[in-house]
Parts: sequence; C-alpha cells; structure tokens
Amino acid sequence: MALRSLATRKTLTLGLNSTRLTQSRALQTFSLPDLPYDYGALEPAISGEIMQLHHQKHHQTYITNYNKALEQLHEAIQKGDSSTVVKLQSAIKFNGGGHINHSIFWKNLAPIHEGGGEPPKGSLGWAIDTSFGSLESLIQKMNAEGAALQGSGWVWLGVDKELKKLVIETTANQDPLVTKGPALVPLLGIDVWEHAYYLQYKNVRPDYLKNIWKVIDWKYASEVYEKECP
Amino acid sequence: MAAAASMATSLTFPLLPSQGLRGPFTSSLPCTIPQRRFWRKVATNLITAKFELKPPPYTLNALEPHMSRQTLEYHWGKHHRTYVENLNKQIAGTELEGLPLEDIIIVSYNNGDILPAFNNAAQAWNHDFFWESMKPGGGGKPSGDLLDLIERDFGSFEQFIQEFKSAAAAQFGSGWAWLAYKANRLDVENAVNPWPSEKDKKLVVVKSPNAVNPLVWDYFPLLTIDVWEHAYYLDFQNRRPDYISMFMEKLISWEAVSARLEKAKALAAEREMEEERRKKEEEEKQTDGEAVEMYLDSDTDDSEAE
Ligand SMILES: [Fe+2]
Ligand SMILES: [Fe+2]
Repeated sequence: MALRSLATRKTLTLGLNSTRLTQSRALQTFSLPDLPYDYGALEPAISGEIMQLHHQKHHQTYITNYNKALEQLHEAIQKGDSSTVVKLQSAIKFNGGGHINHSIFWKNLAPIHEGGGEPPKGSLGWAIDTSFGSLESLIQKMNAEGAALQGSGWVWLGVDKELKKLVIETTANQDPLVTKGPALVPLLGIDVWEHAYYLQYKNVRPDYLKNIWKVIDWKYASEVYEKECP
Repeated sequence: MAAAASMATSLTFPLLPSQGLRGPFTSSLPCTIPQRRFWRKVATNLITAKFELKPPPYTLNALEPHMSRQTLEYHWGKHHRTYVENLNKQIAGTELEGLPLEDIIIVSYNNGDILPAFNNAAQAWNHDFFWESMKPGGGGKPSGDLLDLIERDFGSFEQFIQEFKSAAAAQFGSGWAWLAYKANRLDVENAVNPWPSEKDKKLVVVKSPNAVNPLVWDYFPLLTIDVWEHAYYLDFQNRRPDYISMFMEKLISWEAVSARLEKAKALAAEREMEEERRKKEEEEKQTDGEAVEMYLDSDTDDSEAE
C-alpha cells in the first residue's frame, strides 16, 4: 500500500520513466524466504519453538524494518534530503544486515537425515584441512570465537575471494561479513544472538555452539566456495 | 592511609560514580594510579576483597507476573553471577585487584579502547544498578525534584517516557538505556567543559551498547533498563517493546531514582566547589608567576634604558 503510493508520487514528480520506476520498485521490497525444512526438523539440536520465532518473528522484523528504511531512503533521495539519507544508514545496515545474515543462516542448516552434520566434501573440505588442520579444529576455533563474542553478533567462515583464502571472523549485531573486508564472501554464519538459543540453552552459549554442528549443512558453503575459488 | 580511607568511602556509594569523590576534571588515570600503588602496599596485610554477587532487594518471585521468577533465576543467578565470578578471576593478581568497581570500569574502559576486564566489571555494576531500579509494585509517576527536572528537561513526563522507550527499543543488539544526570561536562567523552553553566546540569536519556554505561562519560546514572535479549526473552520472546512498556508501567522504583538524583546533585555540587577551589589556587599561582616575570621584564627594560 505504502509502496504503491510512493510509486504514484514518483510518477507525478519524475514523469514517465517507467522502466526505471519498475526497477526501483523491484529493488525495494524483500520478503521472508521459506525455510527448506520444518521448524521442528532440526530438533533436538535446535527446538522448533526457537526456529519458528527466529524465522517468523525475528527475520520477518528485520525485513519489515529494512523495507521501511528503504522506502524512507527512496523518499529522502527524491526530496534531496541528505541528512535523512545519512540518518537512515544505521537502520539499513542493521535491518538489511539482519536479512542478509539470516537468509544465509537458514541455508547453512539442514535436518540430520538431509545432510545436516555431514562433513564438507570436495575442494572446501581440502581447503579447511589446509587452512585449519582439520574440520575439528575449525569447529573449535569458531566455537571459541562465538563464545567469546560480547553481546549480539555472528561468527563466520568466509572466503577472501581475492586472496583465495579461508577466514574466520566475527561481526557485531547484524553487521554482514562484508563489513570486515570488501573481498570477504560468507560461506557459513552462526547466529550467536541470545534469541538463537535462549529458550533452549539459556545462558550456556557454548552448548548451543557445540550442538549446532549436528545440523550444519555444508552444501551451500561448498557451492559458494567452488564458485569463488574454481 | 588517606588513600585507602577514601576508597573505603567510595565503596559505600556503590550506586554512584566515584569520580566525584576523586576530584573533578582530572582524568581517571592520574587519579587512580597513585591510589592503586598505595593500596597494593596496604593490601598485602589485608584479606583480598572479592566482589560479591549481591541479591536483588526483593525475592526472586517478587516481580511476578511482570518479570518471572525464572527470568530472575537465570538473569541474576546465572548471567549476573558469571560476570562477577569472571571479573574476580580476571583481576586476581593484577593491578586492578582491590580497586572499587567504578574505578575498574573507568580504568578498563580506557577511553573507548577497552581492556579485557571492562565487560565483566561494567556488567557486574550494571546489573546491580538494574535490580535496584525496580521494585514490586513499582511504576507510576515520580514526584518532587525529580519530576520537576524531568518536566524541565523533557517537556513533560509523557515525553520522557516516549524518549526513554524509543532509546531502549532502538538500541540495536544488546545493551542498555539510561536516564542520567549530566553535570558540567561537554558532550564529549571525559572532556572538560571550560565554561560550565547551570544549564549543563540536566537529565538526559542515553543508550549504550553491550556493557557500556554512562559512568564512562562521567554522567551520573539514575535509572536503567537491560535490553539484552536474556533480560526479556523467557517472558516476552521477541517483543522487546512490550517488555519496555511493562518495565516503565509496573517495575520502575522512582524512589530509587529520586534518591540517586539527590546523591548525584550533592556529588556534583561537591565536585564544583572543589573545582572552584582549584581554579582559585591556580590563579593565585599564576599571579605569583606573573609578578616574577614582570619584575624580570622591568629589570631588562631598565637595563635597556641605560
Ligand atoms: Fe537471529
Ligand atoms: Fe542482563
């Protein structure tokens, strides 16, 4: 509804460039991606209640607020209102980041009978052994970084697409991995916000980190890695 | 002995910034380092004091149905406890051991380039302050001085509520929202305000990420709400705005906030007097210095005149 009225306003002010209008409209709304598995399918590693709230409420809220911020940005740009454009950056980074990060996270998970917990195959498996010694030590390192992260954030396995090198990074809040370096591409992200585990693990984040590997699906990570490092 | 005594005094004000007692307008480091050295010498003869997990000033189910017993059991019994225990482990045998908690917070904040003890120290303090910001049957409206200042600085009580709520809701990620009393300071971290005036003393609403609290900006905290997800997830899940409204309407202890304001004002006044005294002393020193210079100048003038 709001978008339609925005589009109308734009038509009135900018005239008839309908192609550009369609493009900008297409860029403007994001919607919640479906999960490729049921909410309860990751139990007992992650409870169905957590998955449902996490997907339907948290991810949805990031998307709603991201769309809202983009709409306001669009309007501010039309009006040439630079201070609003600048002011909106933090909401865009937070909510847009929340959308990006959770979209990757869902793809990094799968029920045990659908590949969850199976070690990575192919070139990513080799690269992990070369960079970290073994999958076990990669897991240990990511768990340690995730446990030590203050407050809310993410722990990532990424690939530096220029150096063709695997990296472990953490980001605060909803900062996407690219904020740690423009060449970094996320392969696997673990959400260490309290909402990701609190109903089940309470204050014991290390137990959540230990158990999540039982439902980590390496398929997405392997595909992205092979694309970036053919 | 004097240093140890003054530190003992500041321990009796665990809820207020201790900077005021250390004297105004000096950075925390030159102040705490001599104290620390002295303390360490003395400390060898004392039992090393560890920070203790203080219980909230009510039973764990006293805030029900608004804040559940289960939330308090985890939040106080696990989260708060872990901060205190980790802090004790972290500072054992270091130069920070034996310092008042407020001093550890300021020293380890290190002007924003935080040292490892900061998170545990600040979180230990923040949670104490949070428990004491609430009471069973709280909420409602403040009165007296506090209400006057709120109306002066926010326009109305309703506008204050609005501002506090949106600060708490807009803290991206984990953190805290605060009502604080800001006295004679610029809006810059720990900067000295060269021209303090009456209007610099005012109430402000601020938010802070993770463990940060207004002590590090040299404000006097009066009220806080924890907006880490662990503070509300068991009772409200993702509905942070509902938790914030409940806190404002049902739990705030305005008596505690008022008492903190009175202490803050007294400390700010004390600090101001000390600053005045220091200014005067410096002026006197400067006048002495100038007199000598003038004498020397006139001496040279004389010799040139010859
Ligand atoms: Fe999340
Ligand atoms: Fe907390």
